[in-house]
Amino acid sequence: MSIHIILFGRLADIAGSSVSLDNVADTDGLVRALHSTYPALAESKYVIAVNKQVITSNTSLDENSVVALLPPYSGG
Amino acid sequence: MSNTNLYERYQRQIILPGFGEKGQRELLQAKVIVVGAGGLGCPALQYLTAAGVGTIGIIDDDVVSLNNLQRQVLYSVNDIGFSKAERAALTLSQLNTGIKIISYNERLTTQNALMLFKQFDIIIDGTDNFSTRYMINDACVLLKKLLVYGAISQFEGQLSVFRNEKDGDVNYRDIFPEPPMDGEILNCAEAGVLGTIPGIIGTMMANETIKLITGLGEPLINQLLTYSATNNLVYQFSLTARKDTRSLIPENEREFLKTDYEWLCSPAIISDEIDAEMFNSFLEAGNIDVIDVREPNELPGVYEFPNIKIPLGQLPGTAAELKAGTIITFCQTGSRSLKAARILNGIFGKSKKVYSLRGGILGWKKLKQSV
Repeated sequence: MSIHIILFGRLADIAGSSVSLDNVADTDGLVRALHSTYPALAESKYVIAVNKQVITSNTSLDENSVVALLPPYSGG
Repeated sequence: MSNTNLYERYQRQIILPGFGEKGQRELLQAKVIVVGAGGLGCPALQYLTAAGVGTIGIIDDDVVSLNNLQRQVLYSVNDIGFSKAERAALTLSQLNTGIKIISYNERLTTQNALMLFKQFDIIIDGTDNFSTRYMINDACVLLKKLLVYGAISQFEGQLSVFRNEKDGDVNYRDIFPEPPMDGEILNCAEAGVLGTIPGIIGTMMANETIKLITGLGEPLINQLLTYSATNNLVYQFSLTARKDTRSLIPENEREFLKTDYEWLCSPAIISDEIDAEMFNSFLEAGNIDVIDVREPNELPGVYEFPNIKIPLGQLPGTAAELKAGTIITFCQTGSRSLKAARILNGIFGKSKKVYSLRGGILGWKKLKQSV
């Protein structure tokens, strides 16, 4: 099972604008896997969206899930 | 201005289906304030003025500089060194003489925000820093004001509408509960921004504002739109309100006035954290105020040592009642209490020692069980 992840802003500078991950069952597992591959992500502030819904707690993933990582922007 | 002139000026939008003379009347009666007359503020102001929003406020304490002109399209080289709010108001008043434009050449602070916002129907956040963004958000939640939010970085932008009318309405803290520290997220001066990005996002902010006023279409309520210029990707994410974020917002106007938003984003002052063992030594030594900053209904209850219950949102107003020279804050896991410690540090300065219990009460209870 491969999960597609889209990254925005500075997060894309760290890991690229798109990443695929295998063998992750939920968003907690996905975050652990991403942070171990890209330690700079662990230092970054972002929220997670699964299938275009911003989530606030651990969410299970299936092979059709599209995950997005959204950082806050300060600029105006 | 005569009715004929009014019709002539706004004819292209009045003939739109669903807009009509009614839509134009609603725009002319509306009062909108734009915070920040910069990259986002300029296009938003320009289109709102052109569309005939009847009263427009502009607040900004900055002056125009040469490196603004790449994206802040209301200004020219002749404006360099002059007040943005005043120069923007001057240019806009030449675009539309039939509306009222009020400029405030000052910084938005907790002391003027509530008084100002009360005079307007819709607030537009075009600021360039997190401390002001969180302050605007909290003020709009307290006053139940519509907030049109936009933010940009490099080649991307975000946009949302916070309705602040009923339970379940999402505000900025439901997306990003806590402000990042200064420097944690790069601003435009550090990271750069393509000039068209604030043009696109600022124009969309004006568009959402016009929709809110006239009731046209579906505004971005409980939705976050993101735009990436490099690949032209537009995403729209659904948002849901969180239960735990209301306690981060000052409980009332009095608390709001006492909140130091710049402090909350300042990395220079790092509150001291203590671990559970150190906390036990403090308890033994006595002469401390221990504060539970959790909400009243949060479990587990704490009966093992004396503690004062002051939820985080009420802290600034209640701090004066704390008598001991040393204060230790705790919450569930140590995150809110760290914030509380920073707030108290801001109030007391060097007159008191303030610590936050690292790992929270859950960590402390765990240690107690293991001993």
